[in-house]
Amino acid sequence: MSEAALKPQDLMVEMRGVNKWYGDFHVLRDIHLDVKRGERIVICGPSGSGKSTLIRCINHLEEHQQGDIVVGGVPLTQDVKRIEQIRRSVGMVFQHFNLFPHLSVLENCCIAPMWVQKKSRKEAEGLAMQYLERVRIAEQAKKYPGQLSGGQQQRVAIARSLCMHPDVMLFDEPTSALDPEMIKEVLDVMIELANEGMTMLCVTHEMGFAKTVADRVIFMDQGQIIEENAPEPFFNTPRSERTQLFLSQILGH
Amino acid sequence: MIHHNEMIPQRPAPRHTLGPVAWLRTNLFSGPVNTVLTLLALYLLYLLIVPTVKWAIIDANWLGSTREDCTAEGACWVFIKARFTQFIYGLYPRSEIWRANIVFVLFFALIAWLAIPRLPLKRWVALFALVAFPVIAYVLLHGGHFDLPRVPTHRWGGLMLTLLLATVGMVCALPIGVVLALGRRSNMPIVKSFCVLFIEFWRGVPLITVLFMASVMLPLFLPSGITVDRLVRALIGLTLFQSAYMAEVIRGGLQAIPKGQEEAAAALGMTYWKRMGLIVLPQALKMMIPGIVNTFISLFKDTTLVMIIGLFDLLGIVQAALADSRWLGYSLEGYTFAALMFWIFCFSMSRYSQYLERRLNTGHKR
Repeated sequence: MSEAALKPQDLMVEMRGVNKWYGDFHVLRDIHLDVKRGERIVICGPSGSGKSTLIRCINHLEEHQQGDIVVGGVPLTQDVKRIEQIRRSVGMVFQHFNLFPHLSVLENCCIAPMWVQKKSRKEAEGLAMQYLERVRIAEQAKKYPGQLSGGQQQRVAIARSLCMHPDVMLFDEPTSALDPEMIKEVLDVMIELANEGMTMLCVTHEMGFAKTVADRVIFMDQGQIIEENAPEPFFNTPRSERTQLFLSQILGH
Repeated sequence: MIHHNEMIPQRPAPRHTLGPVAWLRTNLFSGPVNTVLTLLALYLLYLLIVPTVKWAIIDANWLGSTREDCTAEGACWVFIKARFTQFIYGLYPRSEIWRANIVFVLFFALIAWLAIPRLPLKRWVALFALVAFPVIAYVLLHGGHFDLPRVPTHRWGGLMLTLLLATVGMVCALPIGVVLALGRRSNMPIVKSFCVLFIEFWRGVPLITVLFMASVMLPLFLPSGITVDRLVRALIGLTLFQSAYMAEVIRGGLQAIPKGQEEAAAALGMTYWKRMGLIVLPQALKMMIPGIVNTFISLFKDTTLVMIIGLFDLLGIVQAALADSRWLGYSLEGYTFAALMFWIFCFSMSRYSQYLERRLNTGHKR
């Protein structure tokens, strides 16, 4: 299928000339990004390069000041109803998991389906158990987040997002806060998810993950997209000097 | 090099770190200074406790009905006995006290039901306590319906009035405080400034002034013919005053919740009120139990100030009884009784809050 033949809905996320400032600080500069349905994108770059801010703009956790963002055919505006509609179809996984500590693992997964999608408790619990099984943590369903390891918490967070049946998943450095021995269990879940065809935007420094699953790798620096390419040419023949420097720093040790 | 091939088995702790004698030695007699301080403290306690026990219990007078039954050495609890009905019900007509008793029994039964975790149907009991109970209590206490003779509010008094003021104040101040606290954090400038102004106004004014204003100034501004009951005015004043304090306590709790919690809830598509009601407030309120109970306790004690606008709460009615010429000179007994009653209620609240904290804390730690 050629690019021109795509229906608008086949583009899950469109960012056109997006700019954002924190006060005087220009965090995002003229961002253009199209994400097709089923596409897996890894975003990397030095800290402070705006990669987290970029994906947080997609579900309006951060507000952009210029340019257009369209998610699943719905333009993102200031309208609260519109924002909530977009957020229901966009899952997000955070660096620090952000599970709700006062709710059990099962309740963490049920709360949004029940209160946002108005599912019955029975239906929501069935759904939650199904996804908890998929992230291989169903046996901990009655526990509270504080009783789980970091890797387990992050897998619960992924299940919690999946319970809303999102069209896109955003991952904001999902393994950065984990002890080294727990990174693999989270990445394995993410790889499975990618293989099932989930549209994913993932901010991460896990270059092995990028090589395995990404359709495209994006390198950002100082609020701009410097380079984007398929993983193989991206890692083997980076074109920009800054990309080369970054890759040598991150892969060099 | 391998240091250990097998795991070292657990051994019991050394003897001298366990048991009551070890506790005494480490905590009370660990050195010469500590020993002297311990003995000094014991001596001071002896000086304090012995005469008190002698006055209040051993030499006290319990039997009889007039002051002639009392001796000079000990406390005259006869006075409290003779005035007990008044201390509890104020000037509520004797023949109608059964109505107040029903309300009392219902009140304590509901509180016990809600406080004891094992009892079922919490949600329905809470609904009953918040919706049906106030109506029942009003109909019973105030009368005027169902052939019950009317008892105007100026005859209500004593412990009954204290509990009424405190309960209504707490139940109304908490939700108003939550709304004010959320409003103060709002992005909407008008809502935010209104809440800031409201909170700072009420916090800047002494409660006595509020009560004076409610009882003296308010009627001047109301159109003639419209009167608001004095008790209702006091209640409104007390509630608004305490809700400002409550708002600041709750704001402190809201600030302690990491921003990621609200972000995660937002990312799941929850509306503002769901984010607050399901995620942020349950965590904040749990953290704020000590502060909230602290405010409740101070509210409970602040109710005594309604005395100055002519309402006879527990302390007010005790003071009125002290002025009775038949019982002159028993103020110590009267104040001791009032203090004891206040202490029982405040201490129970404090203990229950500690219990609640422990119970809600299990397994929720981050």
